[in-house]
Amino acid sequence: MALLRITSPHTHRAGRRTSWVMQMVILATLPGLLVQTWLFGYGTLINLFIACATALISEAFILKLRRRPIGFFLADYSALLTAVLLALALPPTVPWWLTVTAVAFSVIFAKQVYGGLGNNPFNPAMVGYAICLVSFPVPMTQWIGASELIQAGATPTFSDSLAAIFGTLPTVDSYTMATPLDAFKHKDGLMSSEAFSSILGLQSANLSSWMWVNVAYLLGGLALIWLRIITWHTPISMLAALAVMAGVFYAIDPSNAATPVFHLTTGAAMLGAFFIATDPVSSCTSNRGKLFYGAGIGILIYVIRSWGGYPDGVAFAVLLMNFAAPLIDYYTQPRTYGHKKAKKGLAGGDK
Amino acid sequence: MSAENTLSPEHTAENTIVDTGPNYREILYNGIWKNNPALVQLLGLCPLLAVTSTVVNAIGLGLATTVVLLGSNIAVSLIRNYVSEAVRLPAFVMIIASFTTCIELIMQAYTYELYQILGIFIPLIVTNCAILGRADAFASRNPVAPSALDGLMMGIGFTMVLVLLGGMRELIGQGTLFSDMQLLFGDMAISWRLEVFSNYPNVLFAVLPPGAFIGLGLLIAIKNYLDEKEKARIAKTKEGEEKVSRRVRVTD
Repeated sequence: MALLRITSPHTHRAGRRTSWVMQMVILATLPGLLVQTWLFGYGTLINLFIACATALISEAFILKLRRRPIGFFLADYSALLTAVLLALALPPTVPWWLTVTAVAFSVIFAKQVYGGLGNNPFNPAMVGYAICLVSFPVPMTQWIGASELIQAGATPTFSDSLAAIFGTLPTVDSYTMATPLDAFKHKDGLMSSEAFSSILGLQSANLSSWMWVNVAYLLGGLALIWLRIITWHTPISMLAALAVMAGVFYAIDPSNAATPVFHLTTGAAMLGAFFIATDPVSSCTSNRGKLFYGAGIGILIYVIRSWGGYPDGVAFAVLLMNFAAPLIDYYTQPRTYGHKKAKKGLAGGDK
Repeated sequence: MSAENTLSPEHTAENTIVDTGPNYREILYNGIWKNNPALVQLLGLCPLLAVTSTVVNAIGLGLATTVVLLGSNIAVSLIRNYVSEAVRLPAFVMIIASFTTCIELIMQAYTYELYQILGIFIPLIVTNCAILGRADAFASRNPVAPSALDGLMMGIGFTMVLVLLGGMRELIGQGTLFSDMQLLFGDMAISWRLEVFSNYPNVLFAVLPPGAFIGLGLLIAIKNYLDEKEKARIAKTKEGEEKVSRRVRVTD
């Protein structure tokens, strides 16, 4: 399978196969993976192995059920990419069955039930993540804190990470801490400045570890743009929309809102912008469409973070904009060569 | 509500060798499998998806719906020759609403807690399209006995799907089966509760409506798979017969 560019110019470079694209995206997550392992322990790596094994097994199982060539589809690395993205998004201490549920649900229900790669209307990894977030809120919101601030005083060792994932680690609470977004959401009556000076999760050590994670994903994402696997439109418009929303509300009410920098360097802002929102299947097609699509995600992330029930909103924002992507595509069709005006709207698209 | 299942006299005459009235076996097969209200007609999805979070809820609503279906089919069949075409639908709805009110009062009297759990979905039985559909498509064109059987079978088919879905969702959602059965069957049913998985983390997703959609989708997929298999088996036996007859033609 070759992954062709959907809009013109339809250049076809030799070697630009689906499997190559997927491999490159997986490689681009490496800086983020390393930083997460360095800051939060081996949990992410263990999750990664569980997730990859589950993805391959469930993909092979459903391909056999659908009587499709198993080796051909397993070799396109798309199931592995879903597994990698989920392993990065899940907290490093989640029990193993949660990772298995999330990945199996992504591959079987969000991807293969719709007809496999290329037919899924929603981002498979985010469907699995959202299902688990709704079903198991407690393990899904436990994150390791910065080592200077937590009780244990160091990132969990390999055996402790293993114990947290397979079985129960009684001392897991000494490693975990509220993420900056979670802490800021539950600052209750405090002013922003008070929250940043008094709440543990908002201390500079925790903020900087999340900043490093986001910087690592930013680097990986820039590599993807440089390789021309993704275009700049979706991530930039998403980050810009998030920054503008945060900036406007910070300007209006600095005592209750957080700065744009806080919003861009915490949570899954960069992972979402470069790796999740840019999924070629479930996002918009034309460059103009991608701008609207990304901006929608950015606005929704800010709305969910500020007024929603969850501390971070990347998964829900991406899924909601996946709903809107076909509609945006109808209204943002590029002008065809030889025509004076671009086709617009449902009537133009259906004829 | 497809026309093929209405057993009008002409229709049965074609299908049966001796015209002895409606085919009871076919009514039974239609209600439970071939034209199942939940899996094939996809009617009454609102209560189906909303209240099937446990087995007891499913049985409660399934029984209530079955009784209303049975009653309304009999009543509609009785008045079918006296109601003009123009007012038949309002008349049917009045009948269904009366039966639903009866059921609601009975449940309020005898199974009060279940009545509170099912809440708005008991009065909403009136709007269940499966009931009006059977009244219009079957009971208004057939005598009392086949109409009663059709109502009963459609109700059982609907209840079976409700219970199956309720069991699936209760098992996945809470790791138990038949919990709270005392709400419907009295105190002796307290011990019916099966703790299938101990120490089970509740899967909220299966309890919420999206889990019901996916569960129903899986049930429909299983039914289609079984139908397809049956069709392939029939086609295979037919093919064998055809081969024989073709050879006969060649020698001829």
